[in-house]
Amino acid sequence: MATALTVNNPELVHVHNDHGHGDHHHKETFLTKYIFSQDHKMIAKQFLITGIIMAVIAMILSVLFRIQLAYPNTAFPFLQTLLGRFAPEGRLDPNFYLSLVTIHGTIMVFFVLTAGLSGTFSNLLIPLQLGARDMASPFLNMLSYWFFFTACIIMLSSFFVQKGPASGGWTIYPPLSALPKAMPGSEMGMTLWLTSMVLFVASQLMGGINYISTILNMRTKGMDLWKMPLTIWAFFVTAILGVLSFPVLVAGVVLLVFDRSMGTSFYLSDIVLNGSVLPNEGGSPILFEHLFWFLGHPEVYIVIMPAMGLVSEVMAVNARKPIFGYHAMVYSLIGITILSFIVWGHHMFVTGMNPFLGGVFMITTLIIAVPSAVKTFNWLATLWRGNIRFTPAMMFSIGFVSFFISGGLTGIFLGNAALDINLHDTYFVVAHFHLVMGSAAIFGMLAGVYHWFPKMFGRLMDEKLGYLHFWLTFIGAYLVFFPMHFMGLDGVPRRYYAFTEFESMKQWLSVNTFITWAAIMSALAQVAFLYNFVSSIFFGRKASQNPWNANTLEWTTPVERIHGNWPGEIPTVYRWSYDYSKPGHDQDFIPQTVPFSQTLNSNLPHDFEDDPEVEKMQTEWLKKNSPSQEVK
Amino acid sequence: MKFQKSFFSKSLVFSSINLFLLLLANFSFAQGTAPTSVNAPTIDGSTADNNMWLGIGYNVLLFLLLCFVIAVIGRILKVYDLTLKMQNKKGMDWNTVMAVSFGVFLLLGLYGAYWEYTVHGSMILPDAASKHGVRIDEMFNITLIITTIVFVGTQILLFGFAYIYRGSQLRKAYFLPHNNTIEKLWTIVPAIVLTILVVFGSITWKTIMDVPVAEQRSALNVDVTAHQFAWEVRYPGKDKKLGLKNSKLYSINNKLGVDFKDHNSYDDLSADEIVVPVNKPVRINLIAQDVIHSFYLPWFRVQINAVPGLPTFFQFVPTVTTDDMRAKMDNPNFEYKLYCNKICGGNHFNMQKVFRVVKEAEYQDWVSKQKPYLSDQLRKELKMAVTAAPADSVTKNKLAFNKL
Ligand code: HEM
Ligand SMILES: [Cu+2]
Ligand SMILES: [Cu+2]
Repeated sequence: MATALTVNNPELVHVHNDHGHGDHHHKETFLTKYIFSQDHKMIAKQFLITGIIMAVIAMILSVLFRIQLAYPNTAFPFLQTLLGRFAPEGRLDPNFYLSLVTIHGTIMVFFVLTAGLSGTFSNLLIPLQLGARDMASPFLNMLSYWFFFTACIIMLSSFFVQKGPASGGWTIYPPLSALPKAMPGSEMGMTLWLTSMVLFVASQLMGGINYISTILNMRTKGMDLWKMPLTIWAFFVTAILGVLSFPVLVAGVVLLVFDRSMGTSFYLSDIVLNGSVLPNEGGSPILFEHLFWFLGHPEVYIVIMPAMGLVSEVMAVNARKPIFGYHAMVYSLIGITILSFIVWGHHMFVTGMNPFLGGVFMITTLIIAVPSAVKTFNWLATLWRGNIRFTPAMMFSIGFVSFFISGGLTGIFLGNAALDINLHDTYFVVAHFHLVMGSAAIFGMLAGVYHWFPKMFGRLMDEKLGYLHFWLTFIGAYLVFFPMHFMGLDGVPRRYYAFTEFESMKQWLSVNTFITWAAIMSALAQVAFLYNFVSSIFFGRKASQNPWNANTLEWTTPVERIHGNWPGEIPTVYRWSYDYSKPGHDQDFIPQTVPFSQTLNSNLPHDFEDDPEVEKMQTEWLKKNSPSQEVK
Repeated sequence: MKFQKSFFSKSLVFSSINLFLLLLANFSFAQGTAPTSVNAPTIDGSTADNNMWLGIGYNVLLFLLLCFVIAVIGRILKVYDLTLKMQNKKGMDWNTVMAVSFGVFLLLGLYGAYWEYTVHGSMILPDAASKHGVRIDEMFNITLIITTIVFVGTQILLFGFAYIYRGSQLRKAYFLPHNNTIEKLWTIVPAIVLTILVVFGSITWKTIMDVPVAEQRSALNVDVTAHQFAWEVRYPGKDKKLGLKNSKLYSINNKLGVDFKDHNSYDDLSADEIVVPVNKPVRINLIAQDVIHSFYLPWFRVQINAVPGLPTFFQFVPTVTTDDMRAKMDNPNFEYKLYCNKICGGNHFNMQKVFRVVKEAEYQDWVSKQKPYLSDQLRKELKMAVTAAPADSVTKNKLAFNKL
């Protein structure tokens, strides 16, 4: 059963087996343990905590611009105190409003939902769920975090430059982003944005290569690909997607840097800016859009697929049922991965692209909704006749599915090029991607945090606070984003500083005020999470080894989270990870490490097709026990 | 036991902080009246500053008070739970509480969605005021019906299952790893539905965007140039042909860079608003001078980007005049407005232009009053040394789609 691919790093195995693992034989200083750690669990925590801090910052930015949208005519002195020249007289400067929107989007999409999500859970779970001592290259892993950290610092530092941070939207379309004179944010702020993103992509590539090689090469004995939990499948395809698409963003960014600083014309042509005719000729801004969205669309699936994986696992564990249609779940992940490379044009239907091309992108886009639908139905079927345990992680997973449905369905409007003519760049799009990404993916991440917190910190988070956090956030997110669909259907454009200048938009002012208060409520609800998170690290209830009675390998490691993960030999895997509530077994879960020979009264015919020995045992056992015990 | 202890110490710390802050609050409120809101419109000197801090402090305190109340409620629940357990009863069954909450959420949520559809749904755009827009609206309604059915159905299943299959010690979940029949079913059915949507969507899309060249030639051509933060409008003159443009010819008097080597330019008109006759095809020719903008007329379901260096166009037939729309909306001041719908800088939110649809006669009248683009200053600037060779502007002025 064990193929050549499943051999563990022999050196590590050697070291750990020979010395036992009770006491630490590596000399660890504070610096190597907490700062430049090469341990995947510590790196995961670094990614998580950095991600949470970035999320809080981005959330505060969103509250600031929501205040502007709710009260466009009111001065708030505290804004001036807080933001200085960016909010003269206590009112946000329109350019700074755009900076806020831009940095909010950038941080949330890239720093929180890409690095914070994949970085945390791929690092934590790939070795633990596959039975590896660590990542394929712990050093690269450490570098990945520090590149990410540097990228965060650079991105945030742009708030301290004279003209403010980048402000062309998170999609930074040139010429707006290419011409420093086009807006203040396109000066130093944009330079910092571009620098930060290049480092960020480097970090993602190092991470991604590591995830892929670990998954391919370092699975424990018995862990063939089709025995991997869906989390690992999701991280696997996500990493592939990232490695193949992120470099394209760098290409786009590098050309943009050339246009900005070396006078090239990749994206520029026929430009008259503020009365001066620029010499650039022959470039096309649309080229950038193609390059950006060639990453940009896969990016949204880089964001959602890990969340899908986490949710699938949490749902199976807490519904005490196997995930429904495991194979279909894997194939739909693969399908989404492949298709997501050929749908990017749906972000560009109204750029004036050839109508035929628009038609092609519409077809591919709506095809990608099929695997998404399959996944949704499979989650529903997983809940059906389950025995559901509402841990906070489970609550967030259910919330995830609800948001994913709501947001996915609006994708069907947007994917239809004819409808997109009127919906593009309106609040309908804002509603769509905030439900599917801003809400669903965040909920997947939170589900992961609540569920694997004991694996990271050896303690449990407080359940009641988790419930409070869930309900306030869940209701809040719907209150914020549901009405936005209707604003979009009224043709209200996104990225508007105020809705006061157009008569027709004034009817939405009261709705905006309402949305802002709902957003503030949801933001404050995160205090419940932060308090819970921090206090549980230090004072939380001590976790048992397998607090959720789950099957996967990470729960066979000791609570103490030792270097190398397992004190002795790495356990062997005999079965898939979803044997929950198997009929005939006395418990409602059978860990992956339990061989079929120990579960004779619950085995099913196809469980051990490939193992004649167990098959013989089973037949004998059946002879002995029949007809009293029927095995289907 | 350990758990209790840590919980106890936790809330102790928490409540003492709160107490301290409450005292602080009393102290600070004693110095002045409590402000009711932070939105003081004027800032003058230290009183405003004081007010500001008081306002912030007040809100922070309010929030801490809320936290305190929540902590107390948490404590009470805990104590209640413990007393139940002490009396050898079962403790609070949070699992059931959460399941019921999901059930309640389902009902409230469905009502909320209904409320949204009816209340906010009535605030959306009126029926399309253009020929192709009607088709878009049809497409939209079909999609809306299908998605609403799926939305309601799946949300009911989701929360319904959460409620019905809440955990119990007495039951075991039903071991169901897969079922190929039903999986095939729910792959194929969405695929079919989406195919139908794609087919109709493609046809609609193609008829809108792929207007035959002959029809493009016979349409009224209007030239719109976008720049930060305004729209410049140019109409063809008697020859019905727009002269060529070249951004390099930009000057103060020739802001659009119209090329007067092209004879068609001579009679072109410049206009302050866009006025078009009803029920006649109009072809908007777009270009941007500095950054990308987007020409967006929501009432007509019209949108196309204006891109520097890349001419684009959108052809459509408006069917409702401004006057009719005023009557329909019962708003005598109603105007169709052109929005910019692509982020283009600080004033992006206020880059507008009136777009008027009028009866044919009114249009002719309006056109006849428009000034020529070739103003006297421009004549002087060009010294009118233009001896031009005639050019066929329709073929040369190839405002074609971006053929990749
Ligand atoms: C059911 C499948 C989906 C379809 C058919 C779909 C379709 C679309 C389309 C056509 C757009 C472009 C709208 C426009 O700009 O006019 C769009 C925007 C977007 N979608 Fe989706 N989507 C789907 C799922 C998702 C998922 C799962 C995510 C992320 C987790 C996502 C994230 C986004 C984002 C971030 C944007 C906006 C980007 C921007 O302009 O800033 N979508 N979607
Ligand atoms: Cu996309
Ligand atoms: Cu604009």
